Amino acid sequence: MTENVQHAGSLPDERPPITVVGPIAWVRNNLFNTWYNALLTISIIWLLYKIIPGLLSWLVINAHGFSAPVQECRADYSGACWSFVSEKLRFILFGTFPYDEQWRPLLTIMIFIGLLAASCDKRFWKPWFLAVWAGGLALVSALMWGGVLGLTYVENSLWGGLPLTIILSVVGLAVAFPMSILLALGRRSNLPGIKAVSVAYIELIRGVPLISLLFMASVMLPLFLPNGVTIDKLVRAQVAFILFAAAYMAEAIRGGLQAIPKGQYEAADGLGLGYWLKMRKIILPQALAIAIPPLVNTFISFFKDTSLVIIIGLYDLLGTAKAALTDPTWRGFYKEAYLFIGLIYWVFCFFMSKYSQWLEKDLNRARRR
Amino acid sequence: MATTTSAAAQRQTGTDAIIQCVGVHKWYGEFHVLKDINLSVRKGERIVVCGPSGSGKSTLIRCINRLEEHQRGQIIVDGIELTNNLKNIELVRREVGMVFQHFNLFPHLTVLENCTLAPIWVRRQPKAEAEATAMKYLERVQIASQANKFPGQLSGGQQQRVAIARSLCMSPKIMLFDEPTSALDPEMVKEVLDVMIGLAETGMTMLCVTHEMGFAKSVADRVIFMDRGEIVEQNTPDEFFTNPRSERTRLFLSQILSH
Amino acid sequence: MTSESGGAGRGAHSGFTLSINDPTVRAVVFQVLIIGAVVLLGWWLVHNTLDNLARRSIATGFGFLEREASFGIGESMIDYHPRDSYGRAFLVGVLNTLKVSVIGIIVATVIGTLVGIARLSSNWLLAKLASLYVEVVRNVPPLLQLFVWYAVITESMPSVREAFNPLPGVFLSQRGIKIPVPESDPVWNWMIVALLVGVAAAIAMTRWARARQARTGQPFPVGLASLGLIFGMPLLTWLVGGAPTAMDVPRVQGFNFVGGATMSPEFFAILFGLSIYTAGFIAEVVRSGIVAVNWGQTEAARSLGLSSGNTLRLVVLPQALRVIVPPLTSQYLNLTKNSSLALAIGYPDLVSIANTTINQTGQSIEGVAMIMGTYLTISLGISLFMNWYNKRIALVER
Repeated sequence: MTENVQHAGSLPDERPPITVVGPIAWVRNNLFNTWYNALLTISIIWLLYKIIPGLLSWLVINAHGFSAPVQECRADYSGACWSFVSEKLRFILFGTFPYDEQWRPLLTIMIFIGLLAASCDKRFWKPWFLAVWAGGLALVSALMWGGVLGLTYVENSLWGGLPLTIILSVVGLAVAFPMSILLALGRRSNLPGIKAVSVAYIELIRGVPLISLLFMASVMLPLFLPNGVTIDKLVRAQVAFILFAAAYMAEAIRGGLQAIPKGQYEAADGLGLGYWLKMRKIILPQALAIAIPPLVNTFISFFKDTSLVIIIGLYDLLGTAKAALTDPTWRGFYKEAYLFIGLIYWVFCFFMSKYSQWLEKDLNRARRR
Repeated sequence: MATTTSAAAQRQTGTDAIIQCVGVHKWYGEFHVLKDINLSVRKGERIVVCGPSGSGKSTLIRCINRLEEHQRGQIIVDGIELTNNLKNIELVRREVGMVFQHFNLFPHLTVLENCTLAPIWVRRQPKAEAEATAMKYLERVQIASQANKFPGQLSGGQQQRVAIARSLCMSPKIMLFDEPTSALDPEMVKEVLDVMIGLAETGMTMLCVTHEMGFAKSVADRVIFMDRGEIVEQNTPDEFFTNPRSERTRLFLSQILSH
Repeated sequence: MTSESGGAGRGAHSGFTLSINDPTVRAVVFQVLIIGAVVLLGWWLVHNTLDNLARRSIATGFGFLEREASFGIGESMIDYHPRDSYGRAFLVGVLNTLKVSVIGIIVATVIGTLVGIARLSSNWLLAKLASLYVEVVRNVPPLLQLFVWYAVITESMPSVREAFNPLPGVFLSQRGIKIPVPESDPVWNWMIVALLVGVAAAIAMTRWARARQARTGQPFPVGLASLGLIFGMPLLTWLVGGAPTAMDVPRVQGFNFVGGATMSPEFFAILFGLSIYTAGFIAEVVRSGIVAVNWGQTEAARSLGLSSGNTLRLVVLPQALRVIVPPLTSQYLNLTKNSSLALAIGYPDLVSIANTTINQTGQSIEGVAMIMGTYLTISLGISLFMNWYNKRIALVER
């Protein structure tokens, strides 16, 4: 009788054996679970052992501090010359902006970072926040150009460094955004004429490298305009970026539009809403929410691509770093220069991409609920 | 009653066992998912494993073809002990067919190709022979007319029948069913159960994790009830349903039979 | 229900009255307006341009392509001399772009695939290292990466006289990488023929093996045998041809090298910069493609007794490739477009040659048009291939 009822009560939970949990199990399961993984682990550790001490000694141990004179750096190349960065910091960050006025671009950077950080919070995804952005942009223009509130006028050929990088990408994004919505709607339109125009524009822009657009803006734009009308280099580059961004963002938004179930369109039609009302009230709010992660990704690549303006002679962050390297006194410290600006770019892009990944997961969770 | 139980006991210790689990333990991290499992299955025996979700029943049958590793104890299938020896694992898997809750058909292959893939690459059968065998089994699960369609074109019930045929094409000695009907719409459950009943009649050794108590009553030689990682009770279906011994079994049965 | 067809619900079709409230009429008017605006804008731009060109007395048209270019090009795959035409110079640029793109695509695919698989490795250290690679490489502008690679060669490498000599005959210096190449010998040509024969034989053998397996069930080690044929045939030819071993080894003479083959610093920087940057994205494509294949597929295949190699080859890869190929092609396209960054470090790709041409001739419209036209042709070709491929592999669903 009792054999069938193998255990009358519940068996107690036993602690897993040491091969399942605990640090030894972790090492065994994650580093040495097969012979080739063991081999790999050992070779990676050996490689790291070869690389890391040298890297550390160059970066920190043998490095010359932020106030070391250049002669000291020249005397011993076994360590990084961080005084290059401190010496050129303001030039790399702000370019040729008048030295005494450089608090203005600094403030500009801080305003932009604040606005971007606030935009990451969903509580601010409200129409009124657009007004905050508009206000921020107005403030930034006043700061950068000056000429008002007792600020001296600074012409935009003197702008450079990080503010230029951020302005080119953020302003490009802001202006291209409404364009891209129209293009995306056009591409999804039932009207063949509209669709053809949108498709032609999007595919044309996406089919050519950004450099060719910058070229077009810098050498052809002057030819396109009526005689006597001239626009400066920065605006030309900005135009190229807007044209470029609009096409890529349109594709991101199109993805969002495609993800909206047909039932939503039908429901809106059933309510008797006209096309624009339907789009504005029903479709676009949902589609844009879905499109935000790819839009952030577009913005990241766009932020990196602003470095291309160096080719048409503007000094963004990469441009100023390269210019700083041409100073005969500080020639050759390219590792320090590139590491420094690489870190700035990296911090911006890394956090934006982490944000976009987080957002995507968050949106998926919300949709499944 | 005493005779049935002693016979069952004898069966368990008998040497004709095709599957033997001795003192099997398994942990997922800190979670003790299988506790001291002792189970022996005769050739040709039909066993239904049931129990509340999270009781370890799926894990148990997944250990039998080593889709999961156990950490203590012994599992011997068809005379081969399951260890880290890859060759042995592959040998065992050839003889043990498995049907999954979510079918797991290969979406890039047609129904026929799904069925011939393993016979061709594992059993090294000529294509024509493998196809003839596949058509025989597809005939048996009454889906031969769909042989050249892709899994995505079939209903859930049809897909599960194909999955059964796919396993049978390897002429396994044992068939494992991991909740084969629980992902199906109600109207499709019967067509799959009918195929499984037909299979039971051929004398196949079957281990089914299922909540289909009707199936258990009509087909099973033995019903195993698991809870919190242990085998709480095992008995013939008659005894199991009419005279459950453990309080936990009674509770489970009252929950599952109430609707 | 039929509102899509336009105005059916309103009975507007009862007569021929054209009303602005009729959706069909609206649609036509709207489209005419938009297209009219586009045409008008185009006309205005063309008008201004012609006006400006006339004012600056620049002749339009592609006649300049036949004029003498009179500038030198650092590296070229075809014979080129400054006395050649702008047209030929442009062709050199196109070929250089294709060269760096094709080699870059191969290198990026190899690195990207390895890193993508490494990210999924059960080896924690390897997976973390691969993640680090991806996160660093993708979040730094490609142009900066190009500059770094270029600087590594031109600033950190020794001068020609003190060239770094890691292997016999291989020199690393500011002038790039020098490697020995075999001296020309008819056997090398025959080896290329043998290689092609080997490829053809491998294809034929694959067919034969497939037919034999269908007939008898016996599999044949196709992969190994193919490798043997493809590499063995040229090797055999080399041995039969007397195994010539004479190498053209680079050596220092004065301030430069003579002999051997060169990889210029520009080519090195653009090739590795682009490959390493794009590989970061390809790694993600590969990783997500593999992850996209349900784990149940592997379990089903393994429970049927398929070996892990066959599971990968017959079940996982065919499904993963469907997910991988479309974004992979767009990465290839990105690499090709990014090869235009070559301009910034002086590799003579088509953009940089077009740029020189524009500066010399003032034919900016034609120059930009030629850049865009070339890239659009490449993009269009790749998109056509993509559409064809997607249709071919699309999963049949209900």
